[in-house]
Amino acid sequence: MRDNVTALTRAVPFPLATLAKASLMHRIFAGTAAGVRQVMKDLSSSALWRQLGDGTRINAEIVLAEVLNNIVEHAYAQISGDIDLALDMRQGQLHCQITDTGHPMPDFTLPEGAFQDLGAIETLPEGGFGWFLIRNLTEELEYRHIGGMNQLSFTLIREQSSR
Amino acid sequence: MELFAQEQAGVLVIRPAQDRIDAAGAIHFKDRMRELTQNSAAPRVVLDMSNVAFLDSSGLGAVVAVLKALAPDRKLELAGLTPTVQKVFRLTRMDSIFTIHDSLSGSMRHAG
Repeated sequence: MRDNVTALTRAVPFPLATLAKASLMHRIFAGTAAGVRQVMKDLSSSALWRQLGDGTRINAEIVLAEVLNNIVEHAYAQISGDIDLALDMRQGQLHCQITDTGHPMPDFTLPEGAFQDLGAIETLPEGGFGWFLIRNLTEELEYRHIGGMNQLSFTLIREQSSR
Repeated sequence: MELFAQEQAGVLVIRPAQDRIDAAGAIHFKDRMRELTQNSAAPRVVLDMSNVAFLDSSGLGAVVAVLKALAPDRKLELAGLTPTVQKVFRLTRMDSIFTIHDSLSGSMRHAG
């Protein structure tokens, strides 16, 4: 099932346009907070989303929001560009590939995303939860910086039941 | 980010009108929460999250910042967490920091 194959009528800068391929869902959108919010809303009302179990859907919304926000806040901190999001089902699990043309990860490496100890209220962390959440809810997390593009791919963990 | 506030019996109840507290709205949420809580002296502040379908780590950070700003004399409590919001609190163990009520009415029973 294809769910509204993306707006290629839009002027898409090279090289993102070359990535357009057959996916269950494929979107190219502005790498801005508003662009991310809109695509997350679109996803939550999509046919693909309705096929997912509750657990996977919740995890996917958490993970995709974190990944896309990171791109907006870091990769596109000083420059602007688009984000390419492709979603597929592989062996019953949701597979995501996300590409941008922004700055690479520091040292071309994904953040560790270690759990932050929660101590006293005055010193509670107010950030740094993103990669912890992403790493907890995904498998086969891979990052490449290739041809001036950041390419991140992962599979959402399999959820036991639809709680 | 529109927030509705109502005070009764020493409890300030705040309810976001929007269904997302995310990176696009987290700073505004934090600023509005600061205004509303400064305009009230209620020792307990209950954030009614029953309409909030989604909260990301930026939204979580904003809620934590409000808790810290109110401490130590006043308390931020949460009510009516939806499944996705609940999961974010559980994974980050923030559910062990906040007083979380199943529903707003549950939080008000405490007030008595």
